[in-house]
Amino acid sequence: MTIGLTHYLTVAAILFTLGVFGIFLNRKNVIIILMSIELMLLAVNINFVAFSAFLHDLVGQIFVMFVLTVAAAEAAIGLAILVVFFRNRGSIEVEDINAMKG
Amino acid sequence: MSELPNLIPALPEIFLALAGMALLMLGVFRKRDATRQVGHLALAAFAAAAVLALTFGGPRQVTFNGLFITDAFAVFAKLMVFGASAATLILALKWMEQENAARFEFPVLVVFAVLGMCAMISANDFLSLYMGLETQSLALYLIAAYQRDATRSTEAGLKYFVLGALASGLFLYGASLIYGFTGTTNFDSLAQGFEGAETVSPGVVVGLVFIICALAFKVSAVPFHMWTPDVYEGAPTPVTAFFSVAPKVAALALFLRVMSAPFGDLLAQWQQVIVAISVASMMLGGFAAIVQTNIKRLMAYSSIGHVGYALVGLAVGSAEGIGGVLVYMTIYLFMNVGTFAVILSMRANGRLVEGINDLSGLSKNRPVMAAALAVMMFSMAGIPPFAGFFGKFFIFKAAVDAGLIPLAVVGVLTSVVAAFYYLRIVKIIYFDEAGDQFEPMTAQARLVLGIASVFVAVFFLFPLPQIVLAADTAAKALFGG
Repeated sequence: MTIGLTHYLTVAAILFTLGVFGIFLNRKNVIIILMSIELMLLAVNINFVAFSAFLHDLVGQIFVMFVLTVAAAEAAIGLAILVVFFRNRGSIEVEDINAMKG
Repeated sequence: MSELPNLIPALPEIFLALAGMALLMLGVFRKRDATRQVGHLALAAFAAAAVLALTFGGPRQVTFNGLFITDAFAVFAKLMVFGASAATLILALKWMEQENAARFEFPVLVVFAVLGMCAMISANDFLSLYMGLETQSLALYLIAAYQRDATRSTEAGLKYFVLGALASGLFLYGASLIYGFTGTTNFDSLAQGFEGAETVSPGVVVGLVFIICALAFKVSAVPFHMWTPDVYEGAPTPVTAFFSVAPKVAALALFLRVMSAPFGDLLAQWQQVIVAISVASMMLGGFAAIVQTNIKRLMAYSSIGHVGYALVGLAVGSAEGIGGVLVYMTIYLFMNVGTFAVILSMRANGRLVEGINDLSGLSKNRPVMAAALAVMMFSMAGIPPFAGFFGKFFIFKAAVDAGLIPLAVVGVLTSVVAAFYYLRIVKIIYFDEAGDQFEPMTAQARLVLGIASVFVAVFFLFPLPQIVLAADTAAKALFGG
């Protein structure tokens, strides 16, 4: 059996779905949400690289470089906001993010 | 080696990027607090960038290997963003001085957010779109959590961050699918590929739906609105004022460009989705706002409703509809800035209040402020002769002309529902027992409120034809006219 485009896309789709569900179903910890976000972005990267190889086109791989860079910046900012939140609230449980209903 | 790209069309963005970094350095190296200085220079930077956009933006130009575009549409949207950001920054600087919350990072972050918005408006490729979107969003997450010792502000920042990152993920997944099934991420190439296409591959449609979801999130349209009330309530009020205008206008401009430029020929594929989102937003904006007691939350639902009306124009999918959206957003911007000038002045007995009932009897204590707020509320409700009526008029007219009559009917009905809560505020101001007297408005708030209410009140006399004409030119630019 050869590993083709479909396999890569399936893996990426599964990872992306896991990431989305990780954000919504997780009731424990905000750090897990941050991990889920990373998982989504990495699933997208697999998609881009697979398509890039399949189409013999470099744009997809350049896109991946940008996504990786932005993901790093995003994680830094997310953790920074989480730290100030922890200082105020003393907890990073998802259930404790409840000062406002919604 | 390739030669240097043509930098002239991107001058406003380049200037803002340099100005942002220079202001950051200024703030860091000044010994004493430099907030006021940095803030005023940021305002000057917006003015300069607006002049640059007007001077060099006009005719359609594409540069950076097709990544960046400027045309009449981009110039129109950028001017709205600069105006909205400058007005809210003026209000914010004074408010933060009063609250002892002034830090020079705030104007710097606003400059970077505006840079991202401009990049997004001028994007001509999914790659540049993503970079602009993230530049904007990362700055916005931070200013939502700007009051770092307040639980509610940091919670707003955290919620905005998590849901914003989710939207970015959805957008990227959609972009990757479209890239895979068409082989390009460039808007011009995509438009060429779809021209006259009879069948579209399902991969493209799925990708398009993901992108619509992400953009609907950014403009806070139902069903992706859940962050809006919490972020509007939790964020410091000047930040809420900023959120309700500049990012909204920028995201909507982006929505218009993405739907009309690359995917214009796929109208049949996305029209139903936009209609559904638009109807849901108008309904939720109308009904959910009725039970609110906090004025910032009320403004959040009001903005969801307004986005619903604007999306009616997008659903039409013609230059007429897009022109209507641009007129609508111009008016929306003035109404919202004016209303927030009042909300930022709600200060009784030395502390800030934000309950709707705190406005009771305002007409007895502060008659001018009450009259201006009443004008804003009448305009938001769409009562002629105020500006808000004309915004809705152009949108619904475009919808009727395009045969979307049920959509226009839903729009009119929900604006009747929305009129209830806007007029309730007028009733509270004029007919309820007077409560605590508010402190006088600051000169800055008076200036902004004055300009906004004059604009809204005499809109039909003076600027109406000019704005409609400019919006029309801008909308046609999007359709290659």
